[in-house]
Amino acid sequence: MTDADVRLVDMTLRDGMHAVDHSFTPEEMADVAAALDAADMDVVEVSHGDGMGGSSINYGFSAADTAEYLDAVVPQLTDTELSVLLLPGIGTVEELDLAAEKGADICRLATHVTEADVSQEHFEYVTDRGLEANGLLMLSHMAPPETVLEQAKLMEDYGADAVYVMDSAGAMLPSDVRERVSLLVDELSIDVGFHAHNNLGLGIGNSMAALDEGAVTIDGCLRGLGAGSGNAQIEVLVGVMEKAGYDVAPDFFGVMDAAADVLVPMISDDEMPELDNDSLLLGYAGVYSSFLRHTRRAGEKYDVDPREILIELGEMQVVGGQEDLITDVASRLAGERAGAESDDD
Amino acid sequence: MSVKAAIVGPGNIGTDLMYKILDRGESIDLERMIGIFPVEESEGLQAALDEGIEVGTEGIDSVREHADEIDVVFEATSSHVHAENAPVYEDLGLFAIDLTPAAVGPYTVPVVNLDDVVGETNNINMVTCGGQATIPIVHAVDRVADVDYAEMISHIASKSAGPGTRQNIDSFTQTTSAGLEEVGGADRGKAIITLNPAEPPIMMRNTVHTQVHEDTDVDAVRDSIDRIADEIRTYVPGYEITMEPEVKGADDVAFDLGDTIILTTMLEVEGEGQHLPPYAGNLDIMTSAALGAGERVAANFMEAGEMGGVAHD
Repeated sequence: MTDADVRLVDMTLRDGMHAVDHSFTPEEMADVAAALDAADMDVVEVSHGDGMGGSSINYGFSAADTAEYLDAVVPQLTDTELSVLLLPGIGTVEELDLAAEKGADICRLATHVTEADVSQEHFEYVTDRGLEANGLLMLSHMAPPETVLEQAKLMEDYGADAVYVMDSAGAMLPSDVRERVSLLVDELSIDVGFHAHNNLGLGIGNSMAALDEGAVTIDGCLRGLGAGSGNAQIEVLVGVMEKAGYDVAPDFFGVMDAAADVLVPMISDDEMPELDNDSLLLGYAGVYSSFLRHTRRAGEKYDVDPREILIELGEMQVVGGQEDLITDVASRLAGERAGAESDDD
Repeated sequence: MSVKAAIVGPGNIGTDLMYKILDRGESIDLERMIGIFPVEESEGLQAALDEGIEVGTEGIDSVREHADEIDVVFEATSSHVHAENAPVYEDLGLFAIDLTPAAVGPYTVPVVNLDDVVGETNNINMVTCGGQATIPIVHAVDRVADVDYAEMISHIASKSAGPGTRQNIDSFTQTTSAGLEEVGGADRGKAIITLNPAEPPIMMRNTVHTQVHEDTDVDAVRDSIDRIADEIRTYVPGYEITMEPEVKGADDVAFDLGDTIILTTMLEVEGEGQHLPPYAGNLDIMTSAALGAGERVAANFMEAGEMGGVAHD
């Protein structure tokens, strides 16, 4: 860490895992981590896209397990800190124990924005081991600012060193970001962070709005790799923040080189996120970004427009982790259509 | 002839169980509801008195005091409390049906292994709500085709997840995944839980993914699941398969399946609405399973009545 104003967390090797269906190899992770360390990135986050313990049929098996990824990345990091992610309900303290043993510096604990109280045992576990604990309130657009604050305060009480407003669906407008971040900055005594997805084309703009309101830790990924249409593109964040007068630690050219020379050659055209019709729908309907690729596969299997599936999921108010309901909705829509067609006969 | 029972822990689960025993208990007479707070501070004890059930307010001491009046204890307290109480029940010669995640006794899922455990032990554990809903499906698949790996996801309305579940959510996933293996028959198991705050509250729903050999007779699996669902409905009326096994092959997933396929089954549990609203099927399936187990224990007691002398007229 440096004495920069704002900390940047690169999640290419975590949220970026969604874009590649969790297929990064430990060697690929080591190469990306080494490039980010050379570029003086503040923090690198590593795990399955759905956190440690996320490797499953429901979210997709990862190419290697958490221990193999951490063993590959840890030797590459000098000054850059290592973060891991855990979603209580998917992973358990056993995974936190593994991460602590392997040398993680920061454990980020994510819950749905209204369910922070499932994370207490995990915060206690992380803080007892002397690691930094961050709380992540996912799908923060689904709750009013007062609720986000109430839940953030729970995490502060449990021992969080920072709490994040997570725009997991890329559904927030800049005004939504400002309301939530400013309230947390005013009312909490710990750091406030922000995590963008670019589904409405607002990834960088929303991150700048959050910074403007006092957020001091910001998430991004090289080339914006990440779930849905991707996260805030971190080399763009570095450039824009420098132009805006923030003191940032990562080297601008170094981060650009990590993206262009190291990451991009690993990524196929099909994997590189773009703001296309389906990912735009995620932001519009307020659906968790990692549903995108699962929804496309279900749309293909059942011959249903992915946009119809996403709209239905949005109306059902699904939350992160409920990826299995995609199959349910797709098969139901296909069945309804078959029923309507046979009625026409 | 029937056996005499007490419920220890007059919270939501204990109260719901009381109404179920009163509504449709056949061989179980509920004698007493036992808590640790004065009656005026306990809605559950008040509800018991309203139904004409005796109460106790001294926790395990009330059990000791009335031990000669009861045969079976339903433990609806917490994992920690059951761990302390279990040896006392043992000493007092009481059969314990444990609805907490303590798992002092073997995991018990009525349609799968009730006959194996009752008679072998005097303390049985009801796993978790998600385990009661999904372990039978894994068993139904496994009796047709060996299940390499089973994974379940429980979706529960936020309003029906109490503080006990929330403070120790790992015990849900750890206990359930152990149950998928030990009782369901999967070589490896994984459990996931999500809480959804949507309004109106969502019905308890569960997904079961099983990984089996690609040559598996899927129609035979469907029949097996239909049969077990019918059996479950004899004690959980609101149990419904909402998606019969869908087959996923190599083209439908982003990871390597080798020579296996995935069979995905979905189900919903609607509660009977005695004490808790119908969406809280997660609580309902626990109390229904416990009552089902209690009936089997009662039958066993009566068969063996002359040996232990514990059954009452």
